[in-house]
Amino acid sequence: MGGCPNLRQTTMVKSDFGYNSKVEGEVIVTRADAVVNWVRSNSVWPMPMGLACCAIELMGAGGSRFDISRFGMEVMRFSPRQADCMIVAGTVTYKMAEVVRRIYDQMAEPKWVVAMGACASTGGMYRSYATLQGVDNIVPVDIYISGCPPRPEALLDGMMLLQEKIRQEGGSLKRTFRGRTVETKIVR
Amino acid sequence: MEAAVLTDRFPRTQVLPSQDMPTYQVAGEDLLETVRFLRDAQGFDLLADLCGLDWKDRTPRFGVVIHLLSTTHKEYVRLHVGAVNDAVPSVSSLHPGANWHEREAFDMFGIRFDGHPDPRRILMWDAYPYHPLRKDFPLAGIEVPLPAADVAEVTGQSVKPAPMMGGPFVSPGGKMSEGEPSALDQSWNEEKPKA
Repeated sequence: MGGCPNLRQTTMVKSDFGYNSKVEGEVIVTRADAVVNWVRSNSVWPMPMGLACCAIELMGAGGSRFDISRFGMEVMRFSPRQADCMIVAGTVTYKMAEVVRRIYDQMAEPKWVVAMGACASTGGMYRSYATLQGVDNIVPVDIYISGCPPRPEALLDGMMLLQEKIRQEGGSLKRTFRGRTVETKIVR
Repeated sequence: MEAAVLTDRFPRTQVLPSQDMPTYQVAGEDLLETVRFLRDAQGFDLLADLCGLDWKDRTPRFGVVIHLLSTTHKEYVRLHVGAVNDAVPSVSSLHPGANWHEREAFDMFGIRFDGHPDPRRILMWDAYPYHPLRKDFPLAGIEVPLPAADVAEVTGQSVKPAPMMGGPFVSPGGKMSEGEPSALDQSWNEEKPKA
């Protein structure tokens, strides 16, 4: 083996001090909301609504250098049925606004929206007849990320803020969206 | 190609002053034959560009500019065509690449292209009532309903004029500074923290 440590031996040594679930008795006492929020925040499945150059940074965040999977958000789903967080990355034109709203409606509850970059947040530099002045005109936005486009770090920061927001949601089994209450049923 | 080749064959054609390439004013009735002649007999086999013009105060108000490239002789020619009753003959039967260019010119300027195989809008949605690149159309836009009625119903939104004041491309007017752009407050920077 030369200078390499003996892998098998190392594993055995480590396991002596490792976590043993038997010690805990396999029982955790907590609130249902806390568990639900913990599960939700650690497996956010984003749907990349890539509309312009922000989508390139979104791809960068998904790549190995920035590695969005460190935070449990790497499962990009291109079907709205399988996603719970829409990342609106780019300029939303009025022609595309219809599509964005329709895809948002197709996502299952609970769902969140991240407005990535200046254009999705406010229309950005596109003050014109063709551009929606902020995606929050048509869908409820949870997190706004500044930048044109934002660096992948900024996206990660925004997504971690979203996780924080999910964890702090009160009554997560019953969420309120624009006066509409959505109840999540637990099937036993 | 000598200018006389075109002006002798199409007497209504005029030579326009130009700095970069031979430019001709072509009558609308001659356009198809001119483009066909240039393509088949003079080697101008590539349609490089086709765009609309809005002269606002001139008559005819609208026009179309066509750039043709000869891939064998490596030269360009530019054709100006005035619109008659806002209409110009379509050249997409001769150059299929003109199809989307003509749809864009129709969408943005409202120039109709007679004989176009698919005369729809290409950028704005089909029900949009204006032609946004016309000189009398405001950059901010004009309020119209959203393209999708169900989305408009759920969100209560419409296409509104964009806010222009304070926008990044709106100059406040008056004399512009000639100095380098810098922050107003110079009392702190990267080395010297803000008090």
